[in-house]
Amino acid sequence: MDLVTSILSIAVFAGTSLVFATVGEIIAERAGILNLGLEGMMIMGAVTAFATAYATDNAYLGVLVAMIVGGLMALIHAIATISLRADQVVAGLALTIGGTGLASFLGQELGPGGGPLVGLIGPKFVEVPIPGMSSIPVIGEILFNKDQLVYAMYLIVPLVWWFLYKTRPGLHLRAVGENPQATDALGVNVFRLRYLYTVIGGMFAGLGGAHLSLAYTPGWTENLTGGRGWIAIALVIFATWNPARAVVGALLFGGVNAIQFRLQAEGTTISANLLNMTPYLLTVIVLVAVTYFEAFRKKVGAPAALGIPYNREERV
Amino acid sequence: MTDVTTIPDVAVQLAGVTKRFPGVLANDSVDLDVRRGEIHALLGENGAGKSTLMSVLCGLYRPDEGTISLASDGRLKPVDIRSPRHAIELGIGMVHQHFKLVRSLSVTENVIIGMDGVPLRLDVDKLGAEIAEIGLRYHMPVEPGATIWQLSVGEQQRVEILKVLYRGADVLILDEPTAVLTPKESQDLGRTLRTMVAEGKSIIFISHKLDEVMSFADRVTVLRQGRNVATLDVSATSKGELAKLMVGRELSAPPARRAGELGTTLLELKGVSTLNDRGLPALREISLTLGGGEILGIAGVAGNGQRFLAEVVTGLRPTTGGAIEVRGKDRTGASPREMISAGVVHVPSDRLGMGLAGNLSLADNLAMRSYRRPPLAKGIFLDRRKMVVEANGLIERFNVMTPGPATPARSLSGGNQQKAILAREITAGHEAAGGAVIVAAYPTRGLDVGAIESVRARLAEERDRGSGVLLISEDLDELMAMADRIAVFHGGEVMGIVAPSETSIEELGLLMAGERRT
Ligand SMILES: Nc1ncnc2c1ncn2[C@@H]1O[C@H](COP(=O)(O)OP(=O)(O)OP(=O)(O)O)[C@@H](O)[C@H]1O
Ligand SMILES: [Mg+2]
Repeated sequence: MDLVTSILSIAVFAGTSLVFATVGEIIAERAGILNLGLEGMMIMGAVTAFATAYATDNAYLGVLVAMIVGGLMALIHAIATISLRADQVVAGLALTIGGTGLASFLGQELGPGGGPLVGLIGPKFVEVPIPGMSSIPVIGEILFNKDQLVYAMYLIVPLVWWFLYKTRPGLHLRAVGENPQATDALGVNVFRLRYLYTVIGGMFAGLGGAHLSLAYTPGWTENLTGGRGWIAIALVIFATWNPARAVVGALLFGGVNAIQFRLQAEGTTISANLLNMTPYLLTVIVLVAVTYFEAFRKKVGAPAALGIPYNREERV
Repeated sequence: MTDVTTIPDVAVQLAGVTKRFPGVLANDSVDLDVRRGEIHALLGENGAGKSTLMSVLCGLYRPDEGTISLASDGRLKPVDIRSPRHAIELGIGMVHQHFKLVRSLSVTENVIIGMDGVPLRLDVDKLGAEIAEIGLRYHMPVEPGATIWQLSVGEQQRVEILKVLYRGADVLILDEPTAVLTPKESQDLGRTLRTMVAEGKSIIFISHKLDEVMSFADRVTVLRQGRNVATLDVSATSKGELAKLMVGRELSAPPARRAGELGTTLLELKGVSTLNDRGLPALREISLTLGGGEILGIAGVAGNGQRFLAEVVTGLRPTTGGAIEVRGKDRTGASPREMISAGVVHVPSDRLGMGLAGNLSLADNLAMRSYRRPPLAKGIFLDRRKMVVEANGLIERFNVMTPGPATPARSLSGGNQQKAILAREITAGHEAAGGAVIVAAYPTRGLDVGAIESVRARLAEERDRGSGVLLISEDLDELMAMADRIAVFHGGEVMGIVAPSETSIEELGLLMAGERRT
């Protein structure tokens, strides 16, 4: 396996959790709800996924629980921001802070006999080469020699894209985040949709966390997500709220991650701290560059009503 | 009286509808009935409660008291309209004063949002063809694939009307549909409405333009301070009577033309050019002068460069050629702040976008020109009490209808927002020694006759104080009555500058259509 193939292969693997989280956040933001609790939901997904998988010896159950936990956390965000009209930034930050703290607490408690999870080896998702396709040169290794959650991602991204742009409910989702007044006046239930898509977004974040603790770096360690939730929030902007573009961004981040790991493994003289920083730095640079093309952003920019609570009897 | 056959066929009836907002009684026990196949005009001053009443009818607001009844099987049945969706199911659809369109979506997508009958998988082409066909039936051609932000205001309005029609509404409510239309577009709309009532639909039509009410409507209801003061047959009333009912007094004569001498030149544009957001020429070598004590009218069909003229003069848009002088000093490329201190004030056409910060209080908004200097500024701090005192003074002097200076600007009715902007800008202009340059873009758009009267009087007053007014307007009668000279714009160029006494509406129309004056 040559260098490029191996880097691309790791990029896909490393980018999967990011794709899930980013797509989830895109769904919520399209509905007009900014959820900065992504990092908190991901890490809670990661810890509960691993704990469940370990306890039940079933990785699939772990995924299920992680999605439920992510969804429930998002529900809290929905209640706070949609019904109680709390500030979305504040509520989201609270969710991340709370989630991170709770996850590290649970990491101490959910192991066998109420002990820590750290260092345990549990069930995980391993590569399942797809017969035939995995032996295609280069492509096979990069795309078709992966675990089940990666394959799930291959299905989910086009599905979400299709839903968003080609179906009636998808149209409503896009409309609700752009102009809830208009959408409401046409008889679409703004509150219900916002709740629904915020929760779905949280489930995706939980799923992303599960991929980390059950496949990418199986097991539980403190700070397992390493700020991926924040990267995903940045990727949403890079992706201009389009799930297909989110994949490109996630692969970029995953790829840079792979390269820097590789460099570290080869024993370069560049400081490891510096190398660890590169994926984040690069993401910031890309973001700034994208934002710089303001004119371009105006056309495909953020949902116009993102972050604004909706109240029918209030004038805008 | 008891002869059943002569009782006209009522489609909707409102009885005793009351709606309160914090500190405001917007509708006070209003009775109203609308017949099948009629165009029913709703008149009233700014803030009289017209939009509120109609929002109650279309399910957006819940009434505090009163009942709404709808005709079904020849009898009136009370209904409790729970939501806009419910109203649509009952056949009531509304086109709002501020359009409710999703700007990033296409015409087709906007029309089908929220519709039940639409299949889960969207066939945008087929739906678009259907929508275009309905458009043609009612003389409203649309391009189904176009995105909303690409459309002119008139086209956007067609989309709004199509949204309602496509849902099969029998009762259509149009809130000030003609406020933003050109005269030609208004006429087309009139034809569309006639086609609809001929099919037995009912139309409620809010307008401030008495001419339109007289020519479109069958009956008219006048609201004043939330109450229904009269419902009349249009054939049995007159413009004068309606105006009097609306404002509760006779209107005074339009302000007199300038009596004094023309002052020194305040503003001079020398061959100014600029580009629009897409990088295409928007103004081509415009040369104009504005003297103190003069009102220079700017006429033209919307979208022919008037907006860019206002932006260039106020420093909001950079020029790509030519020079701008204010009071003889070169101000080409000056920032908005520098233009303000040079004595250029701006009454923008986009009230909530540019003129007011909707979420801030009226007091904050009124202080936006003067907060940097004493008495409002105390070092780096603001004197809040003074701000409120000043605000109260302006509210009083400019007759802004509002519960108080703490009210957020967005909850004011459209006309009162306009008065607030005028109050702020005109007062700011007073600080310019030797007269201000007042750039007023469509200052009377959407205002009631009483408010128009007061806005015009204010502008005339400023002119008499020695300020120069750049009056951008689509209302040719307004320009003919007020302006000393009229510059006609077409395609970003000046087609000619004429004096009202030496021209006619017809000639202005030709110039606006792009015929150059020889
Ligand atoms: N959502 C709201 N919150 C608070 N006050 C409101 C709200 N909507 C309307 N009002 C107030 O109710 C009164 C009636 O407003 P409304 O918009 O119905 O007037 P209008 O007759 O449509 O005026 P215009 O001709 O200027 O559009 C005004 O005093 C307005 O400030
Ligand atoms: Mg109104």
